[in-house]
Amino acid sequence: MKFLVCISNVPDTTTKIAFTPDNKEFNKAGVQFVINPWDEYALTRAIELKEAAGSGTVTVLNVGQADTEPNIRKALAIGADDAIRVDAVPQDAYFVAEQIAAIAKEGAYDVILMGKESIDYNGFQVHGMVGEMLGIPTIAPAQKLDMAGNTATLEREIEGGKEIVQVNTPFVASCQQPMCEPRIPNMRGIMTARTKPLKVVPAVGEPARTTVAEFALPPKKQGVKLIDAENAGELIHLLRSEAKVI
Amino acid sequence: MSVLVVVECAEGEVKKSSLEVATYGAKVAAMLGTTATAVAVGEAKAENLAKLGEQGITKVLYDAEPRLKDFVNNAYTKLIATAAGQEGAKVIILANSNIGAAVGSRLSVRLKASLATNVVELPKIDGSNFMVRRGAFSGKAFAEVSLGGDCKIIAVKKNSLEAQHDAGKTAEVVAFVAQLTDADFADAPQQVVMQDQAGGILLPEADRVVSGGRGMKGPENWHLIEDLAKALHAATACSKPVSDVDWRPHHEHVGQTGITVSPNLYIACGISGAIQHLAGVNSSKVIVVINKDPEAPFFKAADYGIVGDVFDVLPKLTAAVKALG
Ligand SMILES: Cc1cc2nc3c(=O)[nH]c(=O)nc-3n(C[C@H](O)[C@H](O)[C@H](O)COP(=O)(O)OP(=O)(O)OC[C@H]3O[C@@H](n4cnc5c(N)ncnc54)[C@H](O)[C@@H]3O)c2cc1C
Repeated sequence: MKFLVCISNVPDTTTKIAFTPDNKEFNKAGVQFVINPWDEYALTRAIELKEAAGSGTVTVLNVGQADTEPNIRKALAIGADDAIRVDAVPQDAYFVAEQIAAIAKEGAYDVILMGKESIDYNGFQVHGMVGEMLGIPTIAPAQKLDMAGNTATLEREIEGGKEIVQVNTPFVASCQQPMCEPRIPNMRGIMTARTKPLKVVPAVGEPARTTVAEFALPPKKQGVKLIDAENAGELIHLLRSEAKVI
Repeated sequence: MSVLVVVECAEGEVKKSSLEVATYGAKVAAMLGTTATAVAVGEAKAENLAKLGEQGITKVLYDAEPRLKDFVNNAYTKLIATAAGQEGAKVIILANSNIGAAVGSRLSVRLKASLATNVVELPKIDGSNFMVRRGAFSGKAFAEVSLGGDCKIIAVKKNSLEAQHDAGKTAEVVAFVAQLTDADFADAPQQVVMQDQAGGILLPEADRVVSGGRGMKGPENWHLIEDLAKALHAATACSKPVSDVDWRPHHEHVGQTGITVSPNLYIACGISGAIQHLAGVNSSKVIVVINKDPEAPFFKAADYGIVGDVFDVLPKLTAAVKALG
């Protein structure tokens, strides 16, 4: 089984979001970048399934510039076998999906996994686009993934419940908890990651279809209005008469 | 060239988020000087579809194929693409749900359309310039995105605008046959399992949410959360550590790595307000925080707060709601 795991490079979850003075770009100054937390589920699950089968390979793929390589090495340290970096700025979901689809096709991968969305762009788009480009099913968001031979059984989260879906390879799934417990690299992994292959390839396909014209921060809250605990019922009256939400 | 709106139905009813989507679509149609047609997915009932006239929809396409009751990505994509072709739709509006966004991404490739998900406002249209505002950085920012190309798909985040209700207006419900074949249902679910929802209110659809954190001390105390939720017709939610230790099911976990909610009212009980939790709730209209620690970071993101013990405060709130009648 050949697994392709797509990872994106995102600001750490505790990052205070700020933009360049013209509001056109995210301000990277002093920000630590991590593997997108949702992608960690995809990566760990692929490694677990490969180990359980006793054969197969896990390739990580990132669309990004050279500054993403520390996180690609981290994915190799966690247990991926090799890596591919498409050397380009990930302009939009469509552009990224084109890169993934091209590599998935060329490498004839059986299972293409990624996180349900990136925590910076929050698109929830790439997996569906890749599936459509390749003409194969996408299961998104998947909270459980098991494999028996070429058949996968997945749990897909829907509003208010879940679906049990069975598909044959090849397929795309976007992952979320509680699929597995994401692994962290150990010392041996970090040592071996240094010599694992990381191939850099140029981008292909058409340009992006969407462009970000500007970023904005949400308006600041007015400040909290405190109600005395002794008089807690007053809150309910304020929610009705002032905030008008009940 | 009409605007095509995808409305999701369950148990015969149009979902509340889809009423918002229908309103959004009708408003976009008015901006473009055209009409809005809806296409129904899920378990629909014709008489409820006709009521979409209240949201400004003129026509509803309804394919009575029974297998469309459950979400099947390929079949839904083909149904909507066929409807878009028939209507000559250049703008397609969906809910930013696990169904809408999943279908939207497939459709965008099939129809060579540009796509924006998580959209929070009506577009700004100026000639060929089409801009939408979408949530980004897990609720910590917005991005103004320009949508290129001939065809545009927009997935609208819940609670971004209020559903319009023009009483008495009806839409024409038209039978529609998308000629779906067995192959289109190849990725149909084997089984669909719905959760027991507190009071029948789905968390992603809820207008009001009462949420508990580690400060609730244990699952045996959750009746305090449930009682208030019931009185308020609210859904219940929790912080990540609470679902990690199985005090509550995973589908109630909100935040950066859980689900994102944007209700009118979010009441946080014994939750500290870590940045990853806030990411999932900070687009709520009104946030109430109950915490015994006056320094809890959540108070900075709150509109109303009570510094106090949840075990003392929650019963008082429930009693006050009941007293409202
Ligand atoms: C990558 C990553 C992703 C994460 N994603 C999420 C996520 O999606 N959602 C999420 O929630 N968390 C997430 N977290 C965890 C987050 O950082 C916090 O640890 C978590 O939100 C804390 O949960 P809590 O507020 O319930 O518990 P605590 O932080 O322990 O807070 C409990 C609060 O209860 C108060 N309290 C205690 N007793 C009482 C009482 N009797 N009356 C009133 N108040 C009381 C305390 O003062 C305290 O403020 C994530 C963390 C990481 C690293």
